[in-house]
Amino acid sequence: MADAAVFKSEIKPDWCPGCGDFGVLNSLQKACADLNLDPKDIMVVSGIGCSSNLPGFFNSYGMHTLHGRSIPVASGVKLGNHELTVIMTGGDGDGYGIGVGHFVHAMRRNLDITYIVMDNQIYGLTTGQASPTTERLVKTKSTPTGNLESQLNPIALALAGGASFVARGFSGEPLQLAELYKKAIQHKGFALVDVFSPCVTYNKTNTYPWFKERCYKLEDENHDVKNFDAAMKKSQEWGDKLPLGVFYANERTTYEEAEPSLQNGALSKQPTVPLDAAILLEFV
Amino acid sequence: MKRKTVSVWVGGAAGDGIASVGESLAKIFARNGLQLYAYNSYQSVIRGGHVWWQMRAGSEKVYTQPENCHLLIALNQDTIDQHALGVERGGGILFNADRLQVRPEHMANGAQSFGLPISKLTKLPIMQNTVATAAFMYLTELPLESLEKALSERFAKKKADVVQANIEAARAGYEFAKQNWKPFGLGLQISDKQRLVMTGNQAIAVGALAANCKFYSAYPMTPASGILHFLAPNGPKRGMCVKQCEDEIAAINMAIGAGQTGTRSMTGTSGGGFSLMTEAVGLAGMLETPIVIVNVQRGGPSTGLPTKTEQGDLFQVLGASQGEFPRIILAPQTIEDAFYTTAEAFNLADKYQCPVIILSDLMLSEHTETVDKLELGVKIERGEIVTEANGDGYKRYLDTPSGISPRALPGTRGTIYVSASDEHDEKGVVISDVFTDPPTRKKMVEKRMRKMDNARKELAKTYAPALEGTPGAEVTLVGWGSTINLLRALARRLEEEGTKTNIFLVKVIAPFLTEETTAILSKCKRLVMIEQNFTSQMARLLRMETGIRISDRILKYDGEPFAASDTFAQLKKILAKTPAPAVAGVGSR
Repeated sequence: MADAAVFKSEIKPDWCPGCGDFGVLNSLQKACADLNLDPKDIMVVSGIGCSSNLPGFFNSYGMHTLHGRSIPVASGVKLGNHELTVIMTGGDGDGYGIGVGHFVHAMRRNLDITYIVMDNQIYGLTTGQASPTTERLVKTKSTPTGNLESQLNPIALALAGGASFVARGFSGEPLQLAELYKKAIQHKGFALVDVFSPCVTYNKTNTYPWFKERCYKLEDENHDVKNFDAAMKKSQEWGDKLPLGVFYANERTTYEEAEPSLQNGALSKQPTVPLDAAILLEFV
Repeated sequence: MKRKTVSVWVGGAAGDGIASVGESLAKIFARNGLQLYAYNSYQSVIRGGHVWWQMRAGSEKVYTQPENCHLLIALNQDTIDQHALGVERGGGILFNADRLQVRPEHMANGAQSFGLPISKLTKLPIMQNTVATAAFMYLTELPLESLEKALSERFAKKKADVVQANIEAARAGYEFAKQNWKPFGLGLQISDKQRLVMTGNQAIAVGALAANCKFYSAYPMTPASGILHFLAPNGPKRGMCVKQCEDEIAAINMAIGAGQTGTRSMTGTSGGGFSLMTEAVGLAGMLETPIVIVNVQRGGPSTGLPTKTEQGDLFQVLGASQGEFPRIILAPQTIEDAFYTTAEAFNLADKYQCPVIILSDLMLSEHTETVDKLELGVKIERGEIVTEANGDGYKRYLDTPSGISPRALPGTRGTIYVSASDEHDEKGVVISDVFTDPPTRKKMVEKRMRKMDNARKELAKTYAPALEGTPGAEVTLVGWGSTINLLRALARRLEEEGTKTNIFLVKVIAPFLTEETTAILSKCKRLVMIEQNFTSQMARLLRMETGIRISDRILKYDGEPFAASDTFAQLKKILAKTPAPAVAGVGSR
């Protein structure tokens, strides 16, 4: 088992002290170490936001891309070289707001990639506006009289969208979180890990104590991760009880397995060959 | 009609099968050693509307679609009503006499009526296209066997009796024509010379395959879909992953992701899709990820004219994405050029680690033409790639004299790095947040922009700006893209009238080859700009880059391609006037 320190970069995270994203990063480093992964075989792709700075703090190949676009960039990385372990990291605004269109299609596409969403229910980097997972009637900088829109349910959306692995973690539960990452990375197919990652600066509602009071673990309830209906039912719990753990895990054929052009190894490693003249028969 | 050419129009509603009649005829012409140029005018409907295939073929190279025709194959009454008067004297209209009527007013310009009693010649009305094509074969003295072969191929996937029924209908149509009419005696010289029949989009697709592009991502959009349609069946056989995406934003971002791994990647769209891609064009510039982007222009703005041609996206691609970053923009002119330019675009993207945009237009991408040959063994240059760490700590964005930082592909031991959309230092560490650092910012901007110095030098050699035609001519026609054929045709006509004429096409739009272009244009006696947009975007770019103002302009923005005779008349009017000053003066716009 490798040392989690292998996955620490030279750059110290610039998140606010107490930010939930520290827990996300530490748990991811531990998970990758536990899985004995080599940093040179990992690509972490992020979008834009506080949490999307994660690749800079994680020792592996990384891409810091556009707001909401980590999924298509990461999908291209995976298709370009499917030998890489590809992990996407970002926030709720990035993934469930501006990038939600890609999220839906990535789930039905089922590439073998892992998506970690640091869900703090607020826009942090832009200093505190309502996000897609901000609860209704919560007051933020952009909703001074209360948020009029109901909150998006990422777990239910992922289940409906066809994600083959759906889990939820909490930065306040780092050991469970690392285990969820390990399962997600090892899962063959698209894996979502939605993480309660409190924003200590701009979200005064959904705080560490707030989560601590409400969270419980699905594994303690013998939840059947292969039962879609049970997963959907659990996804609807919000309020006094917030389930953590794997909601659903059911492997099916991945995109890479089915895509004909990937059957001879990574595209990026294919030798340069002259185009066969038979192509010209299309034009005679 | 002694010219060794034939012009044919095929018209009907969408769903009548015009394209398949047209494509079959194109293959038949080419297989008989003839050259052709065809343009299909259509609308954004699946059934109905009016589709109009215009093709000229001849024993020698033909450059444009015909403005009139010898033979009109009319598949509905609307076609006869709209186009009968476009048939040349002595030409004819082939039509289903059971359903359609050619009346005396349709023959006012001297067309003959060639009615086909379809129900007597075939049991199935659906065979009318085959019967008409066969009659066409007789009138133009092309061998019926070529049509039979084309029919066998077209219906190869259907039951054998479908092929047989078509062949019988063809024979009946040919025999009927033989019994009732005489061939036109066009003098087409049939030969064994074999040529390729292809569209510009297909040339772009084959160019990408020849360049070993292994990833093509796109969202369907006319008129770029032809690239996707060709690559979807032909790419995977050659190791290319062809990915239809949920939108153009995903298409370009996936291409960037694949490009980052070292896989040669391309995405293609039209102006509307390119609008969605815009932000990521800058991402590729910032991450220094090689990608090729094809924009096939159509009529804008907004969804505009989905199936019509225009050159209105010049400033869109020049200005796409915020901030400043190196980009290369190339405008191919012919089908062969589209092939070679696409192949070379990948070398440029790899060497200069920047987005390369191929700016095509509907006319170039969708017209069909015979091509003598394509050299598939194109040069492949992958640029500077690090295969081993040198021990000093790899810097992905190393500040070098050329500005080009040797690239390490993910997975190369000892080269771990992050590519960041935010401004970053040589190692890729972002400087945007806590470390904001003006000297580093300045250094990195200069490093990136410096790459274009060498790119400019290389492009000035590869695509050296030059006049084509008579040196020291009285008149220089200026344009870009698909209008090269029009410019050549206009120059020939002016020369025939005794006016020395040459032409100048802008191929490299960015980085602009200012010195070379200025040196050429400043010596020209009279410049006339011809382009397909309202604001004369290329004339404005030339003025911006060279200071030379071309105020004589022929502009077209009605969606249809330039017609040579109409444009020639406009050109003559312009040339009859005193030349406007070519160089900017006080008060000029």
